[in-house]
Amino acid sequence: MSVGVLEAMSLVVRREMRLAFRRPDQLLQPLVFFLIVTTLFPLSLSPELSLLRDMAPGVLWVAALLSSLLSLETLFKGDAEDGTLEQLTLSAQPLVAIVIAKTIAHWLLSGAALVLMSPLVATALAIPVGAFPTMLASLALGTLTLSWLGAIGAGLTVGLRRGSVLLSLIVLPLAMPLLIFGASATDRAIGGEGSAGALYFLAALCVFTCTLAPFAAAAALRITLE
Amino acid sequence: MNGAAKMPEPAALLTAEKIHVWRGERHVLRGVSLKVESGRLLHLFGPNGTGKTTLLRVIAGLLRPEQGRVCWDGRPIGEAREQYQSAMAYASHEAALKADLTALENLRYAVGMKRRASETELRAALEETGVGGCADLPARVLSAGQKRRVAMARVLAMRASLWLLDEPYANLDTSGGALVSRLLEEHLDRGGLALVIAHHALELGRSIDRLELSP
Amino acid sequence: MWTWFYKLASPPHAYRSAAAMAPWFLAAAAVMIVYGLVDGLVFAPPDYQQGDAFRIVYVHAPSAWLSLFAYTTMAVAGGIALIWRIKVGYAVAAAAAPIGASFTLAALATGSLWGRPMWGTYWAWDPRLTSELILLFLYFGVISLRQAFEDPARGDRAAALLGLVGVVNVPIVHFSVYWWNSLHQGGTVMRLGKPHMAPSMLWPLLAMLFGFMCFFGAVLCMRVRGEILDRERQSAWVRELVGA
Repeated sequence: MSVGVLEAMSLVVRREMRLAFRRPDQLLQPLVFFLIVTTLFPLSLSPELSLLRDMAPGVLWVAALLSSLLSLETLFKGDAEDGTLEQLTLSAQPLVAIVIAKTIAHWLLSGAALVLMSPLVATALAIPVGAFPTMLASLALGTLTLSWLGAIGAGLTVGLRRGSVLLSLIVLPLAMPLLIFGASATDRAIGGEGSAGALYFLAALCVFTCTLAPFAAAAALRITLE
Repeated sequence: MNGAAKMPEPAALLTAEKIHVWRGERHVLRGVSLKVESGRLLHLFGPNGTGKTTLLRVIAGLLRPEQGRVCWDGRPIGEAREQYQSAMAYASHEAALKADLTALENLRYAVGMKRRASETELRAALEETGVGGCADLPARVLSAGQKRRVAMARVLAMRASLWLLDEPYANLDTSGGALVSRLLEEHLDRGGLALVIAHHALELGRSIDRLELSP
Repeated sequence: MWTWFYKLASPPHAYRSAAAMAPWFLAAAAVMIVYGLVDGLVFAPPDYQQGDAFRIVYVHAPSAWLSLFAYTTMAVAGGIALIWRIKVGYAVAAAAAPIGASFTLAALATGSLWGRPMWGTYWAWDPRLTSELILLFLYFGVISLRQAFEDPARGDRAAALLGLVGVVNVPIVHFSVYWWNSLHQGGTVMRLGKPHMAPSMLWPLLAMLFGFMCFFGAVLCMRVRGEILDRERQSAWVRELVGA
């Protein structure tokens, strides 16, 4: 009895979940990093709330981007090191499906967790509650898109010794449009202006990346795993 | 094991023709050809650095050779990827286990990608390789020999007709070595095919083919 | 019909054609750049707003254009190599990357020199300069990725893939940076480059543009030869060529 692609993908997602919950510290580290980075800004700039509110979208987005990147490094690395990635690529399932499943699981464990934690950080940065829906939506779209871009970067750098700096070097320039639209959507929501335009751009980027990036990431893995 | 009930298709055939692989400047494999038929085992041996593992990886489809091709039942493995992979079980020289998952979970997530295997079946496979008692222990706490046995259980549970084993005897004690030989014999009796890298002479109760790679 | 294509792209053939083309490119580049510089710097009238400071456009605009052109060349060459397994494509991609990065640096340097008299500062977050800067980061990524691999063949393929991802991303970056700029600047800062130009200013600019392209072609040919020699150093024809 052969196993269908969707069944195999759900198996991979469950595997990632189980692995993550066996190692909760690795799950929490990027979130703590997110908190710490946001704390740096009031300490280095000014604790004044009005100033913070002006800086908040940028601070929030830069911190989210950096902490997501931190967790993306582990996307394929662990599996490549212990040889289980080889087993996955020989599992008679399309590599693209495996990449999609792993990336979705990764986003659920890192990006979604970051989105859920963002109101806490937002409150500390004096972002009004009224701007929360836009902020949450933009972060959800942005982190998901970043996960796909990161999957390409992680696939390209998986076998390399100094992979983590290179991963940032590769992924951050690609992620700049996300930062622009995400921060601007949040900024406009704080100012009480319409932020639909920026959100639509983010959504378009997300759909576009979701469609193409899995293939690029699978191709990247094929290159580096050989 | 009841897995023996399922016979692979008759007259399965693995061939590799004139495989060339370069690693940077090094011409690692220089036109290696081989053939394995149902019920036959090919023992790959030779000094370190002669490309045994590279050849096995090429045959597994993990590495694309610069020249030459590998065929399964007459079709290049790149074209018949899915059929080939479902018919093949590959065990590298590392055990390929997730340290944080139990032996049983490791089997479930690896074997489950290829075929639906019940928990009883997976436990039976672990029992068969002598690590039934470790089924619910995280792989982290297992010894190297036990990990190797779990990896063998994974090969067994995949019920593949082609086994590609890289140093299956490494880290195993005498009883473990005998176990691997017995499993191989049973596999060949079922009409399976095997390609095995081993440094010492394989002593199976049957004739085997040998291929020496020289530097 | 593919055979001639593969033959054309065979390393010895590519090596010889690159050698044959380089001097022509170089000669054309010299003629056009000399004309462009003399006409642009001496004869073209000064800009009515910017005076003589605008003349840096004769270096800045072609550099900026070439920075994109070289990136596209690199991505297309890498893509061809990746898809059709034509090794010369990797040599072209590897040769184009540092040239493109240099043009990007030149565009940034001239842009910031131009900014000094225009904005009173060497760096303003002008959208053109900002996307040029991000392009430089993309180049850095591709170049470092290629070098990070111990096996050059894998480095080539990885860099080619990243180049393709980048070339899809460049228009998105460009668009988003302009969008971001329109949000914050409101058109108060004078933009570099100008759409309307008197013909007396335009001709030297066009000459410089094509001159730079020919110069790129010439340098690319020379670098491709080096890359091919390095990649094929074990092959019979290279050994024969160097008399080893």
